[in-house]
Amino acid sequence: MKLRWAEAIRQLASKTEDLMMRRFICLLGLCFSSFSFAADDSSHAAAKDLYLGEAFYYAYQGEYVDAITRLDTELGQFYRLDDPNLDPLHFQINYANFSVGDFELSYRMNQRAGRAIKAVMEGNVDQSIRNEAAYRLARIFVQKDDPRSALRTIDQIKGKVPDAVHDDELFLRAQIYMLTGKFEEAVNILEGMQGTKNFEGFSTYNLGIALIQNGQELKGYAQLDKAGQIQSDDEATLAIRDKANLLLGDRLIAAGKPEQAKVYLDRVRLTGPYSNKALLGSGWTDVALGKFDRALVPWSILIKRNVTDKAVQEALLGVPYAYAKLELHGKAALLYGSALESFTGELAKLDASIKSIREGKFLQALVRDELKQDRDWVVKLRELPESPETYYLLELMASNDFQEALHNYQDLDDLRKRLDDWDVSIDAYEDIIRLRSQYYEAILPDVDKQFRALDSQMRVRLEQRQALDDRLKHLLISPRPDFLETADERVTRESLRRLADQYKNDSSPAADNIRRRIKRLEGVMHWQIATTYSKRLTEAYKHLHQLDADVERLRNIYRSFVRSRQAATQSYKGYDDQLRQLKNRVRDAKEKVTTLIARQGHVLDVMAVNELDQRRKRLEEFQVQARFALSESYDRASKKQMEEGGAK
Amino acid sequence: MIRFLKAISMGALIWVWMSGCIAEEVTKEQIKGLDEQVQDIKKDVLGISAELTQLEEKLLYPSNTQVSVFVSASKGEKLRLDSMHIKIDGKDATHHIYTFKELEALQSGGVQRIYTGNVKAGDHVLEVTISGKSGSSVVTQNASYKFTKSVEPRLIEIALGGGNQAIGFKD
Repeated sequence: MKLRWAEAIRQLASKTEDLMMRRFICLLGLCFSSFSFAADDSSHAAAKDLYLGEAFYYAYQGEYVDAITRLDTELGQFYRLDDPNLDPLHFQINYANFSVGDFELSYRMNQRAGRAIKAVMEGNVDQSIRNEAAYRLARIFVQKDDPRSALRTIDQIKGKVPDAVHDDELFLRAQIYMLTGKFEEAVNILEGMQGTKNFEGFSTYNLGIALIQNGQELKGYAQLDKAGQIQSDDEATLAIRDKANLLLGDRLIAAGKPEQAKVYLDRVRLTGPYSNKALLGSGWTDVALGKFDRALVPWSILIKRNVTDKAVQEALLGVPYAYAKLELHGKAALLYGSALESFTGELAKLDASIKSIREGKFLQALVRDELKQDRDWVVKLRELPESPETYYLLELMASNDFQEALHNYQDLDDLRKRLDDWDVSIDAYEDIIRLRSQYYEAILPDVDKQFRALDSQMRVRLEQRQALDDRLKHLLISPRPDFLETADERVTRESLRRLADQYKNDSSPAADNIRRRIKRLEGVMHWQIATTYSKRLTEAYKHLHQLDADVERLRNIYRSFVRSRQAATQSYKGYDDQLRQLKNRVRDAKEKVTTLIARQGHVLDVMAVNELDQRRKRLEEFQVQARFALSESYDRASKKQMEEGGAK
Repeated sequence: MIRFLKAISMGALIWVWMSGCIAEEVTKEQIKGLDEQVQDIKKDVLGISAELTQLEEKLLYPSNTQVSVFVSASKGEKLRLDSMHIKIDGKDATHHIYTFKELEALQSGGVQRIYTGNVKAGDHVLEVTISGKSGSSVVTQNASYKFTKSVEPRLIEIALGGGNQAIGFKD
């Protein structure tokens, strides 16, 4: 049994090297997840362009298909404008290009994410903007697991980096140097970043790792020690503090220095994500020092925690082992018994979980809509009926590969639902077009006929108006008072002319008198018209202007009709090819999504079942060990009892 | 006892070997290959989405009648918006109940397009009613805005907070 524990300690030590690199990579992921979008949203992204703001509205909710679609459409329209400077997006065009890259990255479209940023880099922009673009592109390359390209890109930065991304750029540069084996350069940057706000703990931890990788182990340990004592209220910083202490503890156990290791392991918080591992490790150090009673302290805390945790299960064997070492074989036997009971129960749970996964319930649970509304969806997932015991999958769920596969599965499910909706929408559009076609084709010929008649009438009236305008202009140059007579005056003049004709050949004295009166009246009329000519001309102009207002109204109605008429045609003509193509594209995409979702789901199932299977095997090994240890403890307890009886 | 242990170990080894044969493995290459295919289909779907969005706009909301209403919240806005009701020319246009995620998106600087519809060219009245909570008190506020629709698409922004009034309007 002692050999078995010693072997376990050795295994733990040998795993430390691997774990260290894996944890470092996880840490990179942790840093990126916290900074990729945070850099933008920290400042209440004040989008001046409403459509850009709309894209952010969707992005903040994790609806990246909508966000990218909106922003792509807006950018496309912006670049098609004759004068883009008049568009409000002009003020934030670089921000928009960076954002589309961020959205694509967040939507795990690494292959495409850099295209908009590259366009900024190649455009005619300030060096500082080009530097920001290079930083963002380098970040994408790191995400793409292409550190060489990231290094080439970040090396293009020259001169000033915008303040908003200055520290992020430095931290990213250090990470790229670490990923490309340039540890010394990484150390230089990270040393300069000590004390930088928002990077507390992270910069120290990474400096420690960089120093160790650079062969300066003792200095690296000192930095990890420093990271392990950092004071903060921030949960992420506290987590990195725990991580530094746990890593140091593990390394020192591996180096055969359990006493020193215990100091670091005991620094880990009792409530953090690393607490279980730290408690287990702390117990190990006591065992290694032969202080079995001391080992019972952390392990006794640990065994009261969730029994599905690896460390807790190990501690269930550790506690009776320590009692056995303390010669309390009866107590040890009892605890081995309860450990066995617990393992049997957990094995049953695991079997049920594997069955549940194979029945497809895991995949069904992963895409439940209510989970999308909750950040703690993993916890919610555990509460769903008939879903597998996800606590066993927590470790797997934290792994990069599983996360990628899970997100892809959820994205594919989302795409499937969207494509189904679009299929229905396209059918509805076809219906709309058909109904519009039926409606308009029936009424438009009559409408067009009426319009043509009205149009010719309108043209006549407009020509008349133009003739009046020309005549008035002519009257300014060569006055013609008779042209400005009123209708009454024209009637009166006509009456006088008729009377003059009537009495033209009459030689009677009365007729002479009438002709004189006619002349006088004609003279009065002429006087009135001649003296009021200017006023009449002004009035005529006023009336023409009034007419112009009516003509303008008429023209507006005319234009509005022409637009509506065009819109009527455009509302049902010219869509057939586009809709047919879209329908085909949706159908093809649906087929691809169906195939991919099945393959992705299978990968998730296999990963989950493999994980549960491994946990199952581990539990079975523990069961064997517990059974053996239980019988050994009983033997020893009975022997001791007999010896005590014999002595009496 | 040693013989017993050996037997168990051998049994376990055989079982592990057998289960290794049965168990399916997922390789890094498989995951990467699948991921690349997923990225390809995402690209296709985004293309379809963009075309459909433009088609929908052209088909359902032609620019000469299109009116869109957007909602934004100023930085540090304290009102916890529950719902918004919008009327155009006295007729119900839309009613929206906010989820927590939507509120967070608004407070982070996102702009919600709450309504897109069609109106005739000419003068119109937009009426907005919001209800929510400010601290522990329930808040209900109304505001109206006159706007003129011309040939181009009309965009109106409802700005929450940021001044003396809870509801402001921007063109």
